[in-house]
Amino acid sequence: MHLDTKALLRIDTLLVAAIAIAASETVLAAESNLGRDIAANCAACHGTAGRSRGGLPSLAGRDKATIVKQIQEFRDGTRPSTIMQQIAKGYTDAQLEAAAAYFAAQRPD
Amino acid sequence: MYYTRRQFIKAGGASLAAALSAGARAQPVAPKLVVVGAGYGGATAAKYVRMWSAGKIDVVLVEREAEFVSCPVSNLVIGGSRSLADITVSYGGMDRWGLRRIRDDATAIDPVARTVRLASGATLPYDRLILSPGVDFMWEEIPSLNSAAAREKVLHAWKAGVQTLALRRQLEAMPDGGLFAIHVPKAPFRCPPAPYERACQASLYFSAHKKKSKVLVLDANEEVQSKKALFTAAWNGRYKGYVEYRPNSSLVDVDLATLTAKLDFEDVRADVLNVIPPQYAGAIARQLGMANANARFCQVDFLTYESTAQKNIHILGDAIQIAPLMPKSAHMANQQAKVCAAAVVALLMGGEVNPQPVFANACYSYISDKEAAHVTSVHAYDVEQKTMVTVPGSGGLSSTPTEQEGAYADAWARNIWADTLG
Repeated sequence: MHLDTKALLRIDTLLVAAIAIAASETVLAAESNLGRDIAANCAACHGTAGRSRGGLPSLAGRDKATIVKQIQEFRDGTRPSTIMQQIAKGYTDAQLEAAAAYFAAQRPD
Repeated sequence: MYYTRRQFIKAGGASLAAALSAGARAQPVAPKLVVVGAGYGGATAAKYVRMWSAGKIDVVLVEREAEFVSCPVSNLVIGGSRSLADITVSYGGMDRWGLRRIRDDATAIDPVARTVRLASGATLPYDRLILSPGVDFMWEEIPSLNSAAAREKVLHAWKAGVQTLALRRQLEAMPDGGLFAIHVPKAPFRCPPAPYERACQASLYFSAHKKKSKVLVLDANEEVQSKKALFTAAWNGRYKGYVEYRPNSSLVDVDLATLTAKLDFEDVRADVLNVIPPQYAGAIARQLGMANANARFCQVDFLTYESTAQKNIHILGDAIQIAPLMPKSAHMANQQAKVCAAAVVALLMGGEVNPQPVFANACYSYISDKEAAHVTSVHAYDVEQKTMVTVPGSGGLSSTPTEQEGAYADAWARNIWADTLG
């Protein structure tokens, strides 16, 4: 098969696009690590990836907005708790949002 | 003009593959990680490196014990409400992560060749090494306990397992009216609230079965080191008459024949004497200048947990020199392990080390067999101080022990065991 200049140019464009996608995936991966890393804190009590072995709620697959709302209620003291009010106050909004998004994306099991 | 997949691959596939491989997407040889110690720190790190590298980092986990026996909850075995089986977890659950487990003892490290020597004589190569050896006891500080026979008589029960059960047997054999003395070493030591929880658990047993018996806490420190108000309330309340607390009581030595604790200013004879010895980092982490904090614990970079003395060697858990207000706890080791795992994956596979780690500690103490109380804290990296500091306004304590928190403590244990070992 013979490829003319125009065709090669097209291939180059495709290549650039492919590399750009690969690069943007890397950036996304770096950003998504925030949620992964904060969620890993929660995993000690709520199970790896938010899949609890019982006695404490699973967070995997829960709606993101619901998780964020409940944690905000812990922070402002309107939701009663033993330890969660004290822990929720240690995290920023961005950290909590990222962790909630991570949990929402996990399969529940 | 359109291209079939095959034409596209012919024309540009090779250079695309080259470009992607330059981005560290395809590694011809898997990087090697060796983890020494499969406790709350090491096992968590090994699992999370496998998970977060999607299996692309080879992990070898070296552990001298056959099974995991939890220090948290072990005081309940001494109190009689749990069995050793209740706090024992198999390492088999970790095998689904595709890591290699070796039952052996790591004895020496060659940081230039990057190898770890095992007691069996085998040598393991590594690109990075994680040490999570826990603590060793400074027997040299208590001359009379510097023999194995002596240590079967005066127990520490500060590493859960046979010693835990043996201390329970000693309390069962003690005649009613006897004195159970617990010596607490100067801080820092593993699990700051645990000596006082142990006093509660022994009191629970005495109050049900040996009402004339007493617990004496001989503390080398000037006050209770954790949850002071909660423990003091229990000793003045539900366990009134069972517990005596004596601060500033440093142990010099023991008299084995009479079970006497020789303190700075007095001698105390006990029927059961439990000496929690002073501690330093496990032996493997005291090599190569790594125990560079007071020759006891290991200073680390809190972004990666890499030793400040040795490149490519990371240290976790009770062996490290803690940041301010960071306890030597199981929960903390589990959390440090995840920051370390993320950093190791980034360093071995190409990626950015998280510049601002944050994590939490949750620590329950059982006041009885059913009621527990907690302490929590949240720690974030401070860029200027280069250490972890507690986040203002976060963390705190229970106001009083409750059965609800007892149930949470139980759930905490089951979940952290699964997160660490499952």
